[in-house]
Amino acid sequence: MTFDVLQVDLLTSRYNYYAVVLLLGIGLYMLIESPNLVKKVIGMNIFQTGIFLFFISLAFRSGANPPVVTKGGGPYVSPLPHVLILTAIVVGVSLTAVALALIVRIYSEYGTLDEDTLEELYYD
Amino acid sequence: MIEHLPVLLVVLPIVGGALPLVASLYTDRAGWPIAVVAMLGHAAIAGLLAGQVWADGVVTYAVGGFALPYGIELVVDGLALAVVALISAISLGVLAYARHAGPHENTFYSQLLLLVTGLTGMTVTGDVFNLYVFLEITGLAAYGLVASGRAASAAVAALKYLIIGTVGASLYLLGVGYALAATGTLNMADMNAKLAAVGYDSTLVLTAFGLMVGGLTVKVALFPLHTWQPDAYANSPDSVSAFISALVSTVSAYALARLLFSVFTVDFLTAVPAARWALIAVASVSIVAGSALAVSQSSVQRMLAYSSVSQFGLVIAGFAVATPIAVVGATVHLVGHAVMKGGLFAASGIIERETGADTVGGYAGMGSRTPIAAGAFTVLALGMVGVPPAIGFVGKWYILVGAVEAEIWPVVAVLLLSTLLTLAYFARLGERLYFAEPTIREEAAVADGGEGSRGPRSSSDRRSGGGEGAVSAGMLAVVVIAAVLAVALTAAVPALEQLLNQTLPPLIQ
Repeated sequence: MTFDVLQVDLLTSRYNYYAVVLLLGIGLYMLIESPNLVKKVIGMNIFQTGIFLFFISLAFRSGANPPVVTKGGGPYVSPLPHVLILTAIVVGVSLTAVALALIVRIYSEYGTLDEDTLEELYYD
Repeated sequence: MIEHLPVLLVVLPIVGGALPLVASLYTDRAGWPIAVVAMLGHAAIAGLLAGQVWADGVVTYAVGGFALPYGIELVVDGLALAVVALISAISLGVLAYARHAGPHENTFYSQLLLLVTGLTGMTVTGDVFNLYVFLEITGLAAYGLVASGRAASAAVAALKYLIIGTVGASLYLLGVGYALAATGTLNMADMNAKLAAVGYDSTLVLTAFGLMVGGLTVKVALFPLHTWQPDAYANSPDSVSAFISALVSTVSAYALARLLFSVFTVDFLTAVPAARWALIAVASVSIVAGSALAVSQSSVQRMLAYSSVSQFGLVIAGFAVATPIAVVGATVHLVGHAVMKGGLFAASGIIERETGADTVGGYAGMGSRTPIAAGAFTVLALGMVGVPPAIGFVGKWYILVGAVEAEIWPVVAVLLLSTLLTLAYFARLGERLYFAEPTIREEAAVADGGEGSRGPRSSSDRRSGGGEGAVSAGMLAVVVIAAVLAVALTAAVPALEQLLNQTLPPLIQ
């Protein structure tokens, strides 16, 4: 298989998907690797942001109009993913709020945000 | 009014869930009656829907009147109805248990109704993105409920559950994105047709399947992704662990089945054998590893939690085999497991309150000290192993027959092996309960203040709001009813089978 013009074009023009992969990777890495609970939650948020960007990228169509019905007419950008992501952002905010509330309680009970220290206290 | 029943099923508990919070302005004990009224209403709607489904087969509803397939569709068929009825029944049982066992705060009942909303929504929705939203509502309510335990470790368990659960739900959402890119639709029935048109071996479709199913297996707690579960079950108050262990993973497993049969269909599993075998492999590993981990536990609650990992492996294996008889078996086992595991957690809660025993060693000789709870526990445990008249036997038998018919021998071997392992850990408990010398002395309970019947306060204080007597008649009634149901439900299997036979043929050719 040769790298024909089309595929090079694909690789260079879809740079927002690189950003998606990068965000998903960074988020997941922080979530797993960081011992700090707050940073874990930040990682979780970055991971979700990657998914949001993925959906928004899906909706894009080059040369299309915003999905507002005007005299000009279509083609339009798909409005559906935007609506979905609006919902998903709300869900993400609620999750972050609950996670931070739990972290506040953990900190006031154990006095630490470090996962390894917590593990030792937890299994006493 | 009557045509709005499917949406009322979801609206009633979410509105009911807001009321205890409002009532908090006046009294802090209004939660229980409100929750009971809401759940009785929920059960009544489920009953009315049962009549419609029995007559028509499937009841569909377009939310907000938006034209399908653009709007959100709610679908109640035989399979969904069985799960909705289960949610109603278990919630009422847990309310009867929580009346005395607590927690008594209004917020607890708000969260409980919110959890019912999420579970019911997941069950009746016919839209893959709507399923994600309800999955997260279920998750949020469950994290809050786990954190309602008094001990500090409850918050740690809840955070662990939250982080792993969110990754699972996010993977599912990513899978929805791929499915949307492949088909341009979110409606399950519509997506079903369009996936076939796109081609089952398309990379987009395969990625969507992997991510969506992978995300849901985190929520079901299959083996390598189960790590949140034992901590969450063991650290929450006993009303909560009974409720969550009975319903949350159950409804996630149902959602997985819905995805397999209503969206991807059996044709997909036939066209892509790798997908089926991957699912069977994960399920089989889960069955064996869950049982093995359960055998090695000393804490009874953790043992029950690992037992769930293994039993859900069995259910998913039944769905993956995907012959009609195996799917009926998996559904029977799904419902049966919910009743039995909820009952087991409730019974273990009572035993701990009455005697202070919460480990396998501590159960020694407790059979005579809490005869009713220990008796119910033993019956439920035997049902879980699959001793014939119990529902656990019927489910396993159907899955076994289905696997033999489909000639998927690994499932047959693993199923038989897991029954032995299940017997190993439950028989050990039964032997402790009835044939061993007590290791916890009676005076330990007395020294803690009160008669033997009042139980050691230290443990009941830790696990609950701390009632006056340790155990009420309502709590005992709940575990006895669960034990009776574990056997009596066997008689309901033909009716369930008939209900499913109306539903499944279009799904499983």
